[in-house]
Amino acid sequence: MADEQNKVIKDFAAKEYEFGFTTDIEMELAPKGLDESTIKYISEKKEEPAWMYEYRLKAFRHWKTMKMPDWAHLKIPKIDYQDLHYFASPKNMPKYESLDEVDPELLETFDKLGIPLEEQKRLTGVAVDAVFDSVSVKTTFQETLKDLGIIFCSMSEAIKNYPELVKKYLGSVVPHTDNYFAALNAAVFSDGSFCYIPKGVRSPVELSTYFRINTAGTGQFERTLIVGDERSYVSYLEGCTAPMRDENQLHAAVVEIIAHKDAEVKYSTVQNWYPGDKDGKGGIYNFVTKRAICKGDNSKVSWTQMETGSAITWKYPSTILKGDNSVAEFYSVAVTNNHQQADTGTKMIHIGQNTKSTIVSKGISIGQSENIYRGLVKFGKNAHNSRNHSQCDSLLLGDRCGAHTFPYIDVENNTGIVEHEATTSKIADEQLFYLKQRGLNEEEAVSLIVNGYAKEVLKQLPLEFAAEATNLLSISLEGSVG
Amino acid sequence: MKLLEIKDLHVNIEDKEIIKGLNLTIDYGEVHAIMGPNGTGKSTLASALVGKPGYEITKGTVLYKGKDITGMEPEERALEGIFLAFQYPVEIPGVSMINFMKTIIDARRKHKGIDPLSPVDFLKLVKESGKLVGINDKMKGRAVNEGFSGGEKKKNEIFQLAMLKPELAILDELDSGLDIDSLRIVSEAINNLRTTNNSFLIITHYQRMLDYIKPDYVHIMNEGKIVKSGDKSLAIALEEKGYDGVMAKN
Repeated sequence: MADEQNKVIKDFAAKEYEFGFTTDIEMELAPKGLDESTIKYISEKKEEPAWMYEYRLKAFRHWKTMKMPDWAHLKIPKIDYQDLHYFASPKNMPKYESLDEVDPELLETFDKLGIPLEEQKRLTGVAVDAVFDSVSVKTTFQETLKDLGIIFCSMSEAIKNYPELVKKYLGSVVPHTDNYFAALNAAVFSDGSFCYIPKGVRSPVELSTYFRINTAGTGQFERTLIVGDERSYVSYLEGCTAPMRDENQLHAAVVEIIAHKDAEVKYSTVQNWYPGDKDGKGGIYNFVTKRAICKGDNSKVSWTQMETGSAITWKYPSTILKGDNSVAEFYSVAVTNNHQQADTGTKMIHIGQNTKSTIVSKGISIGQSENIYRGLVKFGKNAHNSRNHSQCDSLLLGDRCGAHTFPYIDVENNTGIVEHEATTSKIADEQLFYLKQRGLNEEEAVSLIVNGYAKEVLKQLPLEFAAEATNLLSISLEGSVG
Repeated sequence: MKLLEIKDLHVNIEDKEIIKGLNLTIDYGEVHAIMGPNGTGKSTLASALVGKPGYEITKGTVLYKGKDITGMEPEERALEGIFLAFQYPVEIPGVSMINFMKTIIDARRKHKGIDPLSPVDFLKLVKESGKLVGINDKMKGRAVNEGFSGGEKKKNEIFQLAMLKPELAILDELDSGLDIDSLRIVSEAINNLRTTNNSFLIITHYQRMLDYIKPDYVHIMNEGKIVKSGDKSLAIALEEKGYDGVMAKN
């Protein structure tokens, strides 16, 4: 049985990445390398105001004084930051008035990814901002949102059109001094999404961004900023893919979320960057800083993530629970296969009173991969009567992969309650046989068991995304059997 | 052609021979009961028939619909219509009963080359089958066998049997863990599922189940072989005289 299972797992590992095509579009690239002239180049290309350029420069100067962190349970090959392009955009990109003007090849790419902008716009009511390499292509649904006062646009547009909002919030949750990759991002970020939900407004549609890395030898550095003003609600979705390339590509994004009094922000992501081939060649390095602040009382932030891609993932979507009675949630499924490495988890920083956080993390390791949960729960000295419940489960398939859990708990207030549960399991032969006796082959049986295992998290995803995630989970497990 | 023909079957578990030359023929529409003391290989026979790993057939043939199945994968046998109601059904956490049922029904249909069941027809089938076995809606909403009582798990096996309608159903000690009322309900469900095209192989210690499901044949198994076959009266004789008494007469 064990041999048979290993064989199937090996076959899973042979499954190819579905989104590995490239799009042949003429690109305008910044010269390789990173110095102050690169910062100037980016800022000029984007026709940014002086304050933005200053911000970037300050971040870059700070970054130069920093060292890449090495505390994660990851084997990261040396990255040559001078051997990357820091800006790439489809050439001759005018400012689009309508989708008809967008390069048909670009639109075709998004179609292949299953995001027909026009269709999305009309049928699903999901507003989509699609970021292709460094430039935001088109934000659909903008007019409809505008009527409600919701701002949903690319970061570049936000810098031009809403400088006061950007100035107020950019870097307020993740300062440029926060960490190595956050500093790098602040210096060279190319584009990303900006959302502002005004007071008392509930966004009637889910706001969605798709990120795509296309050009070889480029890094992608998106910057996303979501602000939920008092009593507002928004659900934001993000998806990512990249072509298959032998080289590794760097993705260092920053996401900041601010929830004011009585506001709720729900952030969901399905991350499917190219994970590298079965021998561990190529793939995206995903070094991302995502952080939210429950700034006002009774505010709520929930993170739901489904991580299946990237060669290396370094990512800890975190929440600072500053407002009293604020609530934060983190639901995560991380699947690693072949030689993938993921060091992911969350931080819940309780500052206000009666704050409550929930962590549900499900790791699935296949092949020779390494799957790490790292989490911090901190109760500050004024966080009276706060609660945290953490549940970290690991599922191992085969006998060559690894799962590790590093929970850090730091409590300075003795009125709180912290609970931590952790399990590690393997799929039992008895379970597999039971399902086979009902007519399922090994692959179908494993897929069903894994979906059941991850269900608690998958059910948190918005409906349309949940179907995609379930599908993606099956693809991640799929082999050449049958 | 018979539905099942077992000829001179020998089965090893970890190099120890458990079944030692067993012969059994089951025709369409028949109900056979296998009885016998503990440790005589009854459950081993059930496991070997469905291809459970670790149960090595060292000699003999098993013809199912005229085809030797001894080399077939467990799922192929299942898709061909062999169903085992497990003595100890397994929990599949997080997988809802409905999702599970839809998956296994459609796997069977795909094997037969027919389209997946429409949601409406599927839910109708779930309702009918559930009613037959006395499965309530609350149970349907839960994950497969998760937190089910022993009796509920057994009922769930027959629920699946009612949904899948296999040609050959092997019931491995279905009566263990069932209270007398549940046993009656489950037995009635099985009687309702009997047709001229399907057959049942009932493995049991006690004849009480056979009061509800009338077998066409009763076999007594001892030390890896069928040592005596007869009709329902054999089970009654067993009840009166015990295994030793019945086998001594032989």
